Amino acid sequence: MDAPQTAEFAHIGKSVVIKGEVSGSEDLYVDGNVEGKIELRNHSLTVGPNGNVKADVSAKAVVIQGKLDGSVNASDRVDLRKSAVVTGDVTTQRIAIEEGAFLKGKVDIQKEAGKAGSAAS
Amino acid sequence: MKFFRSSSNQAAGTAVPQKLTRRSSGMGEIARLLNSQEALCVLDMGATSASNIRFFTGKGHKNYSEDLLRSSLDPALRVPDGAGNLVVDSKKFLEENLVYANALFDVVLCWNLPDYLEESLVKPTVDRLWSVMKPGGYLLAFFHTRDAGPDSICYRYHVTDSDTLEMQEVKFALPGRPASEKQSPRLQRVFNNRHIENLFRDFASIKFFLARDAIREVLVVR
Repeated sequence: MDAPQTAEFAHIGKSVVIKGEVSGSEDLYVDGNVEGKIELRNHSLTVGPNGNVKADVSAKAVVIQGKLDGSVNASDRVDLRKSAVVTGDVTTQRIAIEEGAFLKGKVDIQKEAGKAGSAAS
Repeated sequence: MKFFRSSSNQAAGTAVPQKLTRRSSGMGEIARLLNSQEALCVLDMGATSASNIRFFTGKGHKNYSEDLLRSSLDPALRVPDGAGNLVVDSKKFLEENLVYANALFDVVLCWNLPDYLEESLVKPTVDRLWSVMKPGGYLLAFFHTRDAGPDSICYRYHVTDSDTLEMQEVKFALPGRPASEKQSPRLQRVFNNRHIENLFRDFASIKFFLARDAIREVLVVR
C-alpha cells in the first residue's frame, strides 16, 4: 500500500519520533515512531511499513503494515498486512490477517448488536 | 489431430502446492466443547493463523496466539553452560513467553510443539501451561510415533472444519540469515507413551488417539 496523499491523511513520516498522546479527528498514517497513546475515535489509523508504534490504539479502523506493541481497540475493523508485527490484544468487530503477519496476543471479536456474519478473514 | 483434455485447469508449467489435510479426532472433541459453551479462552501455540482465529472467534470465543517455537529460536535466550555450549535459558524464556494470569485458558492447542521444542524448554513449558489452564480445560498435542523419521516435516495446523486440519509446512530463517535460507525445524525427539504420561503427570486425565500418519494425538484434561 503506498503512503496516502497527505491531503487525505495526517502523516507522521519515518524520521519523526513522538512520545505522548496523539489524538485527532482525521485519518492518520504513521510511518515513524510513536510511543504513548493514539486515539482517533471515528477515523482510521494506518501503521506504515516503517512505522514503529508502542502505544495503546483506539480508532474506527486500524491497518498495520509495520510494528505495533500495545492494545488495539477498533470499533469497526483491523487489518494485519503480511509485514505486520503486532504484540498486544486486539478488540474489534472484524479482523483480516494476511499470510505472513505476526500476532502475539488476544483477538476478541465484539460485534455491534444486530450485526451478523463472519468476523475474520 | 489429437485433442488432449487437461486433467486440471492449471496453466502449463504452473505448480499449485497441494494442500494437505488430516482428520483429527482430538480436534473433533475440542470442537464439541467449543460448540457447547460460550466465550471460552483458546490459546493457539502456533504461527499466526487467520483460519484458526476465524474458526474460534466465529464461535464466539476469544483466541490467543503465541508462536512459541519461533520465540524459542531467539538468540538472546541462549547462554553458555558449564561446558561452554550455548543452551536456551528456560527461566528467561518463560519470563518473556506464556505470561498469562493463572487459570485463564479453557483450551490449549499445543499442536506438535513438544516434538520440536528444545529439550530444556519442554517440561517448564508444560508446567506453565498447567498453571494458566482452568481446571477441566483441554490441551491437545500431537506427537510423532517412532515410525516418523528425523526429517519429518514440521507442519502448522489450520482448523478448517470441526475435525479437519489443513497442514502447512513450517520454515524459519535462522537468526541472522536471509529469508531465502529458510529451513524446516528439526524433530528433536520421539516420545513414547510413558514419556508422554510423565510429561503430563500433573494433569487429571490423558487420552490417546493413534492416527495412520505416524502421529499420536493426545488430549489432556487439566
